[in-house]
Amino acid sequence: MKTLINNQALLTIIDRLADQLLIAYPDVSTTVLVGIQQGGVVVSNLLYQALQKNSKGAIVEHGQLDITFYRDDVRHKILAPDTMHLPFAIEGKTVILVDDVLFTGRTIKAALDALFDYGRPDRVKLCVLADRPEHRQFPIQADHIGQVISTQRNDKLKLRVNEKGQAELLLLSA
Amino acid sequence: MQLSTKHLLGIKNLSSQDISLILSTAEQFKEVLQRPVKKVPSLREVTIVNLFYENSTRTRISFELAEKRLSADTINFAASSSSAAKGETLLDTVNNILSMKVDMVVMRHSASGAPHFLAQHIPAAIVNAGDGINEHPTQALLDAFSIQEKTGSLQGRKVALIGDIMHSRVAQSNIYLLKKMGAEVVVCGPPTLIPKHIASALGVSVSYNIKETLAWCDVANVLRIQLERQNQVLFSSLREYNIAYGISRQLLDSLNKEIVIMHPGPINRGVELNSDVADSKQSIILQQVENGVAVRMAVLYLLSGRTAQA
Repeated sequence: MKTLINNQALLTIIDRLADQLLIAYPDVSTTVLVGIQQGGVVVSNLLYQALQKNSKGAIVEHGQLDITFYRDDVRHKILAPDTMHLPFAIEGKTVILVDDVLFTGRTIKAALDALFDYGRPDRVKLCVLADRPEHRQFPIQADHIGQVISTQRNDKLKLRVNEKGQAELLLLSA
Repeated sequence: MQLSTKHLLGIKNLSSQDISLILSTAEQFKEVLQRPVKKVPSLREVTIVNLFYENSTRTRISFELAEKRLSADTINFAASSSSAAKGETLLDTVNNILSMKVDMVVMRHSASGAPHFLAQHIPAAIVNAGDGINEHPTQALLDAFSIQEKTGSLQGRKVALIGDIMHSRVAQSNIYLLKKMGAEVVVCGPPTLIPKHIASALGVSVSYNIKETLAWCDVANVLRIQLERQNQVLFSSLREYNIAYGISRQLLDSLNKEIVIMHPGPINRGVELNSDVADSKQSIILQQVENGVAVRMAVLYLLSGRTAQA
């Protein structure tokens, strides 16, 4: 097990991503943040806090999306679902999907399917903490990337929150 | 986490972890049912047959809706309008249906144990939708879900099952489930409608006094008088039953607390429940029906994984 992004570096990345988002989507009233269960929710919560701080209290709505029922491997493996919480309309909004690691692209494809069952957003953007671009299986790319990481196909990356509540990205080698 | 069983034949053989998993999964499906698009693609590759050898409105519609909301393909079979009426055996009927590539069977039968028999002979996953006077597991699960939603938890909850305990598969499944989840259970009704050894066999308390029972409980689950299953006279008249064990507004008002009223349906109005109770704000009967779809979605979803290899 190896730490790829420690907590301090992770928070620096979050601050940078939050700045990027505020420049790219200045109208916070039509922008919503949606974290994908489970790692994406951790990242989107951190981003939300950073946005609250940097945008001087302007409210950005944020929710969480669970893709369990939309997985394309549901026939092979039944998983218990996580909480879905989108307490606002996404109709006509800019939705920023947030995930921890962009890998094959399957999760994002499922997340888009799930999202459109809630309404028709104006546009959807993707923001990820880490990108593993050489292993993509779908034509899906992120709009905002914290860090590009070179990995082996079998590597497992995991966002872990330690007992002190600090998030870090770990490499669990195959 | 997965269920410990391939079929849902009854609550008797489920673990408390299984029950918790079904209830927490149902919560997420309840959220699905509040969305603009009340449907998920999870069971898109699954075909389910609803085999109903006994009449049903609520349960059949609830299962069918649950299947459709999961994107499964469904076929409906009613014994009265099928070759079963020509004398085909249960196993032949089911094997014929399965040869057309059906993955799961939802089954109601008037004979206790019919789904258990089927489970020994066919590879498909079976969900018991009520067998004779044995079990009705999805009803008990939706009752538990509704109690949890209304009162917060099952642990330590005082639940009374009132009425025809003898002929009620709903009562039996409810007792198994509530005991496994740490609730206290009292069964109440006329002595002729309560099995003699139920206290020692299932670990419940027995009361023949409706007023005392209502004063004790947090939740009263009132069962239907099953006239179709009674082949002898067990009480003198429906009117007398209503006077002795029916729940009226007056009776509820005489308690010094507000209890939750449940009923699995269909209600015999003016027999076990008076209309001014069934339609009151204490009653969660229609919420039970609504929750039934989410609970059945959870059961079908969690069992569907076991059909992939078959």
